[in-house]
Amino acid sequence: MINSVLSIFLKDALLEARRKTSFAGILVYVIGTVYVCYLSFRLIIDVPTWNALYWIILLFAAVNAVARNFLVETRGIQLYNYLIFSPSSFIISRILFNVIYLFSIAMVTYLFYALFLGNLVQDIPMFLISAFLGTACLSSILTLMSAIASSAGGNPSLVAILGFPVILPTLLTVIRSSKNAIDGLAWSVNMQYLIVLGTLFILSLVLAILLFPYLWKD
Amino acid sequence: MKLTWWKVSAILLLIYTVIYGFLVEAPRMAILNETIRNLFFHVTMWFSMMILLIVSLIHSIKYLGTFTIRHDEIAVESVRVAMVFGILGLLTGMVWAKYTWGAWWVNDVQLNGAAGTMLVYTAYFLLRGAIEDESKRARISSVYSIFAFTMMVVFIIVLPRMTDSLHPGKGGNPGFSTYDLDSNLRLIFYPAIIGWTLLGVWLLNIKLRINKINNMIIK
Repeated sequence: MINSVLSIFLKDALLEARRKTSFAGILVYVIGTVYVCYLSFRLIIDVPTWNALYWIILLFAAVNAVARNFLVETRGIQLYNYLIFSPSSFIISRILFNVIYLFSIAMVTYLFYALFLGNLVQDIPMFLISAFLGTACLSSILTLMSAIASSAGGNPSLVAILGFPVILPTLLTVIRSSKNAIDGLAWSVNMQYLIVLGTLFILSLVLAILLFPYLWKD
Repeated sequence: MKLTWWKVSAILLLIYTVIYGFLVEAPRMAILNETIRNLFFHVTMWFSMMILLIVSLIHSIKYLGTFTIRHDEIAVESVRVAMVFGILGLLTGMVWAKYTWGAWWVNDVQLNGAAGTMLVYTAYFLLRGAIEDESKRARISSVYSIFAFTMMVVFIIVLPRMTDSLHPGKGGNPGFSTYDLDSNLRLIFYPAIIGWTLLGVWLLNIKLRINKINNMIIK
């Protein structure tokens, strides 16, 4: 099982590394958004605004990225996947790939965000950990939503419609936890939010593994 | 209308709730005063909405297990009735909020959970509208329903306990504390839950029969 997960993951990673179109597209989207915000705000000193804007940009980038990854596959590739791989290893490797993908986008976004709009983060390791857990949750939830949307006809806006309500708990928790990290609060205070994020990630991962085989019969 | 035992008891329980809800002696608490009577309507409606959503969840799981279309029909119609109760619950909650907290809507985790639940099931209906084929629609919407319900349950139950909340009974305490509910109120509260749930089941029953007749007409 681990072998097949790794092999699908490597296949996706290699394809992405060679073509780079989707990663570059999302990067352009993100940097463009950050630059527009820079032109409007110039410099953000207010912590809640900084935090909220960062996560809003990331949220929309994440929905775009995951939807694009799933919906770009043609019928032929989908059939190939169905014949060769087992559904659980497919969904696990997809989710893992999206986690790494979204986390790297989050890091690049943070870099440009800090460059243009000022770096307010006081506890950087904590911020990175909460960003990692947040993007992990986002990725697993959005991957399943993209799978549902691609089974239901491949309409990209369906991913957003289905995803946004389910993402609300994750988003609330991660915004609160990263705000604590920006303010530089002690780890004990933030631990509960990180545990919630971890639990949400594992919960959505398990649910995705259980439910994906029903979508697989396409 | 067939007067079965449960329909009659639904009517009687709800008449009892409405009449005694306004006649019973309300215990005095600061800020709440007489508005505690809303407890019989707002909270009980949410309870019956949750019960109906659990019914929907069970039938979604059963559909994925057996693939009989009947389970999917029950799942979707119970979500529909649950949404009706949810909207009513939100409206009664907003009225209650205006008179106790001063605003129609506040930034409170429970309210976020309520709004999230409404959005999730709106998306459920949108998803169902997007798929033409009956069995595919049933399969995909069951998957979404199970996933969304689990995440929402986590949202509504776990998060309020971790953070402070304006809602009575939260902010550190587990959901609904039975210790600070006056016995008088309890006499009306539990029957009210049963009454609203039975009303919901009645609506569900009627809707399912309407659907069956519609299907027969189409054929």
